Amino acid sequence: MNSREAVLAHIRRSLGVRGDEAPRTLEVETRLAQAPAGVVPNRGQGDASARLAIFKEEAERAQASIAEVASWTDAPAEVARFLRENNCPTTLRMGADARLHAMPWSATSLEILHGASDGRDLNAVSAAFAGIAETGTLALVSGADNPTTLNFLSDNHIVVLSRDAILADYESAFAKLRGAYGKGGAPRTLNFITGPSRSADIEQTLLLGAHGPRRLHIVIVG
Amino acid sequence: MTLIATTAKFKDNVHEALTDARLQGALGHARNFITRRAASAERLPEFEALRDSARAIKDHALAHLDLYLEAYERKVRESGGEVHYAQDADEARAIILDLCKSMGAKTVTKGKSMISEEIGLNQALEAAGIDAVETDLGEYIIQLRGETPSHIIAPAIHVTKEDVEREFRKAHRDLPPDRSLAEPEQLLGEARAVLRAKFLAADVGITGANFLIAETGTSIIVTNEGNGDLTQILPRAHIVIASIEKITPTLEDAAQLLRVLSRSATGQDASVYATLSTGPRRPDDPDGPSAYHVVILDNGRSSMLGGEFEDMLRCIRCGACMNHCPVYQAVGGHAYGWVYPGPMGAVLTPSLIGVAEGGQLPNASTLCGRCEEVCPVRIPLPKMMRHWREREFERRLSPAPLRYGLGFWAFFASRPALYRLSTDLAARAMHLIGRGKGRFSWAPFAGGWTRYRDLAAPQGATFQSQWRGRSGAVR
Amino acid sequence: MNATAASSGAMRKSQPRVGLFVTCLVDIIRPSVGFAAVKLLEDAGCKVIVPSQTCCGQPAYNAGDRATAKALARQAIDAFEDCDYVVAPSGSCGGMLAKHYPGLFAGEPELAIRAERFAEKSYELVSFLVDVLGVEKVAARYDGTVAYHDSCAGLRELGVKAQPRRLLAGVEGLTLVELNEAETCCGFGGLFAAKYGELSNAIVSRKADDIRGAKADTVLAGDLGCLMNMAGKLQREGSAVVARHVAEVLAGMADGPAIGESQKEPRQ
Repeated sequence: MNSREAVLAHIRRSLGVRGDEAPRTLEVETRLAQAPAGVVPNRGQGDASARLAIFKEEAERAQASIAEVASWTDAPAEVARFLRENNCPTTLRMGADARLHAMPWSATSLEILHGASDGRDLNAVSAAFAGIAETGTLALVSGADNPTTLNFLSDNHIVVLSRDAILADYESAFAKLRGAYGKGGAPRTLNFITGPSRSADIEQTLLLGAHGPRRLHIVIVG
Repeated sequence: MTLIATTAKFKDNVHEALTDARLQGALGHARNFITRRAASAERLPEFEALRDSARAIKDHALAHLDLYLEAYERKVRESGGEVHYAQDADEARAIILDLCKSMGAKTVTKGKSMISEEIGLNQALEAAGIDAVETDLGEYIIQLRGETPSHIIAPAIHVTKEDVEREFRKAHRDLPPDRSLAEPEQLLGEARAVLRAKFLAADVGITGANFLIAETGTSIIVTNEGNGDLTQILPRAHIVIASIEKITPTLEDAAQLLRVLSRSATGQDASVYATLSTGPRRPDDPDGPSAYHVVILDNGRSSMLGGEFEDMLRCIRCGACMNHCPVYQAVGGHAYGWVYPGPMGAVLTPSLIGVAEGGQLPNASTLCGRCEEVCPVRIPLPKMMRHWREREFERRLSPAPLRYGLGFWAFFASRPALYRLSTDLAARAMHLIGRGKGRFSWAPFAGGWTRYRDLAAPQGATFQSQWRGRSGAVR
Repeated sequence: MNATAASSGAMRKSQPRVGLFVTCLVDIIRPSVGFAAVKLLEDAGCKVIVPSQTCCGQPAYNAGDRATAKALARQAIDAFEDCDYVVAPSGSCGGMLAKHYPGLFAGEPELAIRAERFAEKSYELVSFLVDVLGVEKVAARYDGTVAYHDSCAGLRELGVKAQPRRLLAGVEGLTLVELNEAETCCGFGGLFAAKYGELSNAIVSRKADDIRGAKADTVLAGDLGCLMNMAGKLQREGSAVVARHVAEVLAGMADGPAIGESQKEPRQ
């Protein structure tokens, strides 16, 4: 008997089951298929403008900064402004996301770099998969469009989020995920990000920029 | 960093902890978690309902653990990952070492993992000539100090910033000796730079998992620093080490648990990073690990299922119980002598290392119940501590003086007339002896009390004898 | 939960038969608490009886000696058979009777039913007065600044929190102050205090600091074990803060020596 069989057998013995009982198997299959939602907090609920307001409030509570622009074409100017005001260098890394590529970056004096980060990028911009109003959280998925390394290796992480991608709660984000990746599917990495990186490990003093970005700037479009 | 438990030396450990002035000062920090948890619970009207929901999910998952494990495995393999089962710590270490060696790993970065402490992984890696670097700032600090974590969420909570400065100066010799490291920001800045280099150089990244999702074959890690993410996406391989009870059925179930986890641990509505990882990099990915391995560890947990201590498997490792525990607050985590401190440590440790070794811990409690009051998944911790005491009593492991004392008391207490007579005589006698001050600074068999406190003397005749005297009522 | 059992038939009787479960510590160390409890119950219209009794079994129970705990529980259940209520001036003994007795007899249906019925009629004193008898005010006077310590079992097992404060608020001359950590354990824990003396001392030292910080001259609680622990620590530190059982103050019987104090004059 290998370890896998031994562990499963031990679990079954302790639970007093064989493992092939139909009612149990059905219960498990049903739960996996239906994925019932449980208790969903009221906090992020509401119409689009309510969700926007809550998202902003919660994200700022987590020390993210927020800017709103009318359309995708306005984003580069806002990104440039943010970097300038925070005395950041003028290089900016991004993935292959079409929405980001379509933006008029040439109107700014930013030097755009493409692809995953090797750890030397101070600034990076990603486009979010969704926003979660409940906790002011961004959902980002891995891939060539928005490489995961951009989320963690940059000092200043800018995330462009479409207004209508601001969902109420995690459950809505999972529904959207299933729409994109199929039931039971998932990207290689799904990041839920709430504010910049922080640590309180030194005498419980709260400090930003532990290993991930020191700043998280969210540009809401639309 | 040792596997050897010192829990049997608990009283000695307590003495050391109580006489360590620096530790006592640092322990005050853990109390902040109390106000923060309370504030975030207050802010969320659904908090109590979420606790019930989280508890129910855990109970359901445990009752069907075999089936959810199989479902989880299938999905991990589907996504290109591999699953390895380890019955015990030795096996887990061997599996991980083999994986590292097969990849020619020289440097391994580690996200915070209590399971890796439990199996003594770092020691094993070092012994095999592999440099294992803890990347959680608190874990990095204690790694430099050669210590184990003293809290499951804030491992370096017992360390002062002066301690950190000293360690950094000792360890980071390449940096200019005249640099200032007086402020936490400077210490953090230095750690960030030093560890960044390690992150980028690592061959293998090892993390734990807060939850393993059966529906999608996903491992979830929750951090505030982002160190777990850099550990798992930069190296060629990502190894997840997690115990069997981390299995959670669905994404929605994980959301229920995440909502109570961060609030119970640090009072945050959401930790900065909650990351869901599924398998190695896909063809479309420009980054991420090429290999993804999950090592699933039993190490005594399957024996807990279906038994008196099953509820303990609901634990989501938030640390709320220890933050609120008067014993932990007094002595910190190292006094508990093994991997898991506080109330959850007191209940779990005897299950994992045996009641003979770990039995002191569930005895060192007033059963005040505050732990159960704040546990997000409503584990009846005091009840289980009592169960351990019952096991010890049955096996005659309790100290002889205690058993004889209880036997003596039981003899009298089961004979009401004799009880009333003897207690009355004793009370009158003790009253006369202590009449001058009304209290004793010393009493036989009560050294543990009177060393530190005075002991009130009886008022005289007992209540029952006075009552009988008054009303003459006899039953 | 017992505290809201206002539908009990006994309440409609003119004079409920209340069995006083005096508790070992009160019986042996401080009977005046027992007499204060009697007064409070009689003033509230109860007929108080005191069956021959010993220990509720909690020390054995918490030490893992279930057999002794069961034997003592059976004894207690028998002794208080014909009482409408069983009332103890203690949250920890009260909790033992009301919350833990039934579980001792799981698997023994006949005894379990009796234990269940016994548990349902068992109460801690102050919560019984307020929640079951509807007492809103007591006619007592106490000149002092009082801090009330929430004993753990009473608080967490029986919900005793607001009731003593409510009655204390109506005591003339009494100023009630809140401790920063009223709900934090005092470190007594029964045998724990002697077995883990150094640890218990660390916990009670914190409690003593809190009491001093609140500028109280008196600390009250509903459990004599906690009170003896806190009094003993305060006295060893040379503090002038006195400790009494809350029943003594509510019954207007707080003239005699406080806990750990000697007779100065014959009591009035």
